[in-house]
Amino acid sequence: MKNKISWLAAPYVIWMALIVVAPIIMVVIYAFTTAQGGITLDNFARMGTYTVIFTRSFQLALVATIICLLLGYPLAYVMAKEGPGFQRIAMVLIMLPMWVNFLLRTYAWMAILENNGILNNFFEAIGLFDLINGIFGTDLTYFRMIRTQGAVVLGMVYNYLPFMVLPIYSVIIKLDHSLLEAARDLGANSALVFRKVIFPLSLPGVLSGVTMVFVPSVSTFAISRMLGGNNQMLLGNLIEQQFLGGAYNPYLGSAIALVMMVIVIVCMVVMNHFGEGEEQAVML
Amino acid sequence: MSKELIRLSNCTMAFDGEVVLDGINLYINDKEFLTLLGPSGCGKTTTLRIIGGFQTPTSGDVFFDGVRINSVPPHKRAVNTVFQKYALFPHLNVYENIAFGLRLAKTDKDGKRYKLSEKEIDQRVMEMLEVVNLRGFEKRHISQLSGGQQQRVAIARALVNRPKVLLLDEPLGALDLKLRKDMQNELKRIQQAMEITFIYVTHDQEEALAMSDTVVVMDAGKIQQIGTPEDIYNEPKNAFVADFIGESNILDGIMREDGVVEIFNRKFKCLDSGFEKDEPVDVVIRPEDVDIVPENEGQLKGTVTSVTFKGVHYDTIVDFYGFKWLIQTTDFCPVDSRIGIKIDPDGIHVMKKSHYSGMFGDYSSYSEEYEEISDASIDPEEEEQEDENEE
Repeated sequence: MKNKISWLAAPYVIWMALIVVAPIIMVVIYAFTTAQGGITLDNFARMGTYTVIFTRSFQLALVATIICLLLGYPLAYVMAKEGPGFQRIAMVLIMLPMWVNFLLRTYAWMAILENNGILNNFFEAIGLFDLINGIFGTDLTYFRMIRTQGAVVLGMVYNYLPFMVLPIYSVIIKLDHSLLEAARDLGANSALVFRKVIFPLSLPGVLSGVTMVFVPSVSTFAISRMLGGNNQMLLGNLIEQQFLGGAYNPYLGSAIALVMMVIVIVCMVVMNHFGEGEEQAVML
Repeated sequence: MSKELIRLSNCTMAFDGEVVLDGINLYINDKEFLTLLGPSGCGKTTTLRIIGGFQTPTSGDVFFDGVRINSVPPHKRAVNTVFQKYALFPHLNVYENIAFGLRLAKTDKDGKRYKLSEKEIDQRVMEMLEVVNLRGFEKRHISQLSGGQQQRVAIARALVNRPKVLLLDEPLGALDLKLRKDMQNELKRIQQAMEITFIYVTHDQEEALAMSDTVVVMDAGKIQQIGTPEDIYNEPKNAFVADFIGESNILDGIMREDGVVEIFNRKFKCLDSGFEKDEPVDVVIRPEDVDIVPENEGQLKGTVTSVTFKGVHYDTIVDFYGFKWLIQTTDFCPVDSRIGIKIDPDGIHVMKKSHYSGMFGDYSSYSEEYEEISDASIDPEEEEQEDENEE
């Protein structure tokens, strides 16, 4: 679009070119080269070794996304339907954790989930272990919560839930009220109004919510390292190791990153295809 | 006419203590085309929403076919609505929008749930597309339709459910003049063909007169007059109705005796009777009921102050003893010429004084009124531009 003030976008365009486009080109180049500078596909050939990590990453991200959707949609819906007072309070409660540093939040979960952490101490104090040991004849002294896949999913849900709630909320609150009245007028009860009008029209919000939870979940490395330990390594950790860890191999790291990116893009394209026809897709 | 279908009995509606409807009593006959007419904020849309079930009156009762339906929700009423901005479902195509109501489970007389077969749905949707002249558009997306087409889809979506009553909330407001005229005829045709009751809300008096069997004129939450279009135009009950429906000169008069009213100290013959002797009244004289004659033959004599060519006639403003009249005539009278006028007895309509007396019917501010009208014509364009920006 030709516009007199289009030069105002120049700083951002330059920024994008330097900070986004250039690194992606670098990643692509690295992925196809060797340390000696030759062009190769070896980096991709080695991908098979990491199938487990790929599978685990996408699995956990998917589970986290589904949980976020199941928790987030009803919350967003209720928020949009309630009065402005409730909306303000709910909004603050959703945003509040985001004002605390991400690492700090996740450290807090470590302290809660540790074998001798807050939660296990609490179970101890209320005599839960004695009770279970008494019934089943076991000798439990703690529940293993940290360094499990469950802990990783918990971390993802906790950190990314707001990104699911907000887009859905903003779509539902903008729905034209007369559409709901029209549906009622045509004979739909509340449940049918939701199923036939509200839900289909909120899909663009769901779509962007899913994207905004799934993408950071699939590539996270901090959550998996802090809550998953060494046995729940994800793609993010694998890539990190190639660049910073002992296994230094930026060529392999770039290849893994590229493959992950392609898979994510394919997922998103397929999903967006689903939501085709929802022109008013609201991307936040 | 036929039997009574809907009755509003002493309906009052208040939002946060502000009274929007004040003791509305109204009955609506089966197969009738009834129009609620009034300026914005007069309570006409609220009345419609009460009948549709979207609002429950603060006090008073609503009866449908003799049954009180105050607390019956909209989806259980044999009434469908065409909304002001159509409220078509953007995620469905034309066909599915019209089929929306048909696809929902119905309850028969014995309370059993059932669904219409796909074949019957298809047949009824196609039939409806025929009625609204949209054959071939069934796969179109709502956003691909013009305003007039969306309008037709909205009507089809409501009518396909075969309601006993169709409620229309200013359905033609967003259309341009030409299309509006076409749709007026179309709506009237559909109403007669389908033989159902239409309750139509508008602020456009021409539309109301052209389409309705019965017109209900409302202002400030109250019904001012109910009657046929002819009644409302020829026998307005008060200055508000006279002014709102068409153009009118409203003058102070004194009813000297039955059939004789005095205006500007001159006696005029009229057809009205039943007033007290010497009762002060409002006198309505429609601009087209005035005959211009040479000055010396006139019942009243005045000076022309402005002439506007309107195509069919001239809008001529004449100053009679300081009071300015609007006269619509095919005779051209130049500004500043002296003329006389004659008014036939059936051109004079006498009304009781009301709290609207003295508020309307004086054309001394005529030119300002024109400015207002031309201002108003700018507004819709601005709105359109805003709409485009939103898109």
